Amino acid sequence: MTGNRPVLTMTGISKTFPGVRALHDVDFRLFPGEVHALMGENGAGKSTLIKVLTGVYGTDAGVITLDGEQVSFSGPMQAAAAGVSTVYQEVNLCTNLSVAENVFIGREPRRLGAVRWGEMRRRARDLLARLDLDLDVSAPLGTYSLAVQQMVAIARAIDVQARVLILDEPTSSLDAGEVAQLFRIMRQLRDEGIAILFVTHFLDQVYGIADRITVLRNGTLVGEYRTEELPQFSLVEKMIGQELDVLERLDEQQKRATVDTADEAPLVDADGLGRRGAVAPFSLRIHAGEVVGLAGLLGSGRTEVARLIFGADRADHGQVRLDAGRAPVRNPIQAIGQGVGFCSENRRAEGIVPELTVRENMILAMQAARGWLRPIPRRRQDELVRRYVEALSIRPANPELPVRNLSGGNQQKVLLARWLITEPRLLILDEPTRGIDVGAKAEIQKLVVQLSDGGMAVLFISAELEEVLRLSHRVAVMRDREMVAQLDNDDTLDADRVMRTIASGTTRKEVTR
Amino acid sequence: MTAVAARLRPLTGHRLFWPALVLVVMLAANTVYRPGFLAVEVKNGHLYGTPIDILRLSAPLILVALGMTLVIATGGIDLSVGSLCAISGAIACLHISGAADQNSPATVATALALAFGAALVLGAWNGVLVAVMGFEPIIATLILMVAGRGIAQLVTEGQIITINSGPYRAIGLGHFLTLPLAILIALAAALLVAAFTRRTALGLIVESVGGNAEASRLAGIRSRRIVFLVYVISAACAALAGFMVTANVSSADGNAAGLWIELDAILAVVIGGTSLAGGRFSLGGTVLGALIIQTLTTTVYAMNISPQTSLLFKAVVVIAVCLVQAPAFRARLRRRRRGTEPGPAAPQREKEQVPA
Ligand SMILES: Nc1ncnc2c1ncn2[C@@H]1O[C@H](COP(=O)(O)OP(=O)(O)OP(=O)(O)O)[C@@H](O)[C@H]1O
Ligand SMILES: [Mg+2]
Repeated sequence: MTGNRPVLTMTGISKTFPGVRALHDVDFRLFPGEVHALMGENGAGKSTLIKVLTGVYGTDAGVITLDGEQVSFSGPMQAAAAGVSTVYQEVNLCTNLSVAENVFIGREPRRLGAVRWGEMRRRARDLLARLDLDLDVSAPLGTYSLAVQQMVAIARAIDVQARVLILDEPTSSLDAGEVAQLFRIMRQLRDEGIAILFVTHFLDQVYGIADRITVLRNGTLVGEYRTEELPQFSLVEKMIGQELDVLERLDEQQKRATVDTADEAPLVDADGLGRRGAVAPFSLRIHAGEVVGLAGLLGSGRTEVARLIFGADRADHGQVRLDAGRAPVRNPIQAIGQGVGFCSENRRAEGIVPELTVRENMILAMQAARGWLRPIPRRRQDELVRRYVEALSIRPANPELPVRNLSGGNQQKVLLARWLITEPRLLILDEPTRGIDVGAKAEIQKLVVQLSDGGMAVLFISAELEEVLRLSHRVAVMRDREMVAQLDNDDTLDADRVMRTIASGTTRKEVTR
Repeated sequence: MTAVAARLRPLTGHRLFWPALVLVVMLAANTVYRPGFLAVEVKNGHLYGTPIDILRLSAPLILVALGMTLVIATGGIDLSVGSLCAISGAIACLHISGAADQNSPATVATALALAFGAALVLGAWNGVLVAVMGFEPIIATLILMVAGRGIAQLVTEGQIITINSGPYRAIGLGHFLTLPLAILIALAAALLVAAFTRRTALGLIVESVGGNAEASRLAGIRSRRIVFLVYVISAACAALAGFMVTANVSSADGNAAGLWIELDAILAVVIGGTSLAGGRFSLGGTVLGALIIQTLTTTVYAMNISPQTSLLFKAVVVIAVCLVQAPAFRARLRRRRRGTEPGPAAPQREKEQVPA
């Protein structure tokens, strides 16, 4: 495939934002019929390169050619018309429109100018079926989880008759099953001769599907490699720019010793908590210093459990209390007042306030708890922010930048900091490492261990089972919006057994503690 | 050209740059047309002149626009401010007209307190509709915009109430330290609102609610209280403006007082750089915006443009100001320039907002 001509080349691309050099003299090329992984740490410039290509941003310098002809797109629409179809990192759909409308927005099937709704719904259904997705296509997109929204965005992108398909972290909230399905389609498209650009922070996915890898670091090109010629450890070294034992650090974390909490009063007591249509009533106790992981497939109700415990959605069954005796938690304000923090998986819709600065976003929850009449003194703000910018290595380390100017992974870290600043007793983390690079991921996992050693209770949700198993003392398993088991994470528990529990349903015995 | 642009970037990048520039250009244009335009003279120890008039006449608009800024920053809008002006003015004038001694400061103080209280109640009504009942702000305040004129008519019993009260007149036409009192009141209100929002965390919280309501809720912000509060503040500002408008003419006309001021206020806020979508707000920008609108009105009068064309003229200027401020439009202009004169060009700003 190297023999033929590249379908897309980018040469000498530079892009500077006020105060930040996002790309400097970067070259990139993409051949027909290949899957090409674009790798780099958070803030390395991956998304910027993509946005420069599709004309979301203009370039300061550099030339882009498509099929040998120089192009300069004015925006995603024009790029799509020229055969470059893109799924951006932050799913950018209209949650109030139906699934079908989202798939076909801007190119609805028409007859005599009128939209053919039936045709549109039928085609949307077919298209989603290709991704193994069975949805009510006339329901508003917002009623589906973020992962489903991500799949819908992908469906939209692959339906355009594209020559170049760009996927910026499409798998960040998908489970193994959806990833496999997506990869099947990507291979199929590749074999049809489509060039695919793929961004991810999951190394095993890169080695599972990519033919070639381009590595960026700090906005500069490190190099282009064939996947089989670049072992995993050298890929990581090239990304972080030093010989670091990140991978070893990832492995060194042993299985957590189970905490003996039998006779202690639980910190959190969810008793028969449930909400119709979201999750069946469940009971879950979490002790101080304990990490409880939630495992389950896409749509199994993991996020719903988290939202009920935090009071983000109103429970119509049961209640949740902290320190037996105090009033039950019914809404986020009460939850935060009693020391609960909730880091949502959907950082764009439920996390960041884009226009506010990094500092303001970080102190938001703490300020809300104090009330607007008692502003946090500026010096204290600066001190807190400096501490967490450093602890989580947020880049660029300028607290006065609007948070929307940060790369996706760095925005995620800002949200984490927002909750750490409140020093919660129970921290609910819904996909906290979503879109975070390998190095920072290890840091965050270490942080979770440290915090729980310090007495914080953590409810940890992740689509990555290994991560759940590495961090949790106990794993609660969800299936079909029901908590089907709570398993102690002892030596006998491994990913296989959890998967079997998810799949079978034979271990139905509820291990209530 | 590029080097100069780069040097000027910190200045041109400032959020108040464009509104300030527009104001300066308008004043300059007026001076060219009428050389005495900027002249200010001292008469009886008071300052007089067109610039002073512009300041004085813009005072009610500044007041209304200050409250409107906060409402818009939360992602709402308050259409009822014009009616609130009329109601507060009517109540104050009614009370004064019924008093034995219209010049007694006590009478005027009671009148102001009564009218102010009524405005706060009506602001709270707006706040409840939006924050508690969950009405769309435009609908919720439309109710009072329409019904409020009726209330003002009821208060004045359909008449124009004329009063003859020195202290009340002073609110609109009096002087203090050589300056018109109205200017000082508006200035004081602006400083008060600024302190109220920026010395506390209110400003941040308002911007957060307007920037992302759901994220704010999950961060534990009591959005309802905040939204309620801004409608009350807006009503309070409108009441002050109502006093000024009626004091200017020493009479309360339920139909005419504060008519269309809500539209000018919204324009002032937008010209000042606060987005109608909510989020970041700029009180300084709003004050500049109000001054621009008043200057425009004065210019139109001064140039003897007929009332029919004057509205059109105003619309054209407003569109121009809004376009100049829109990043998408500026980027397009820049690109067009780049296309015709090849060579190195200033770094381009983003053309379209797609989050990270
Ligand atoms: N609109 C913007 N304004 C200013 N700076 C920006 C903007 N977009 C990106 N940046 C900066 O450019 C750099 C590269 O960001 P980019 O989003 O391309 O990173 P990325 O490689 O996609 O990272 P991630 O893995 O976290 O998604 C970062 O330092 C970021 O802060
Ligand atoms: Mg990115």
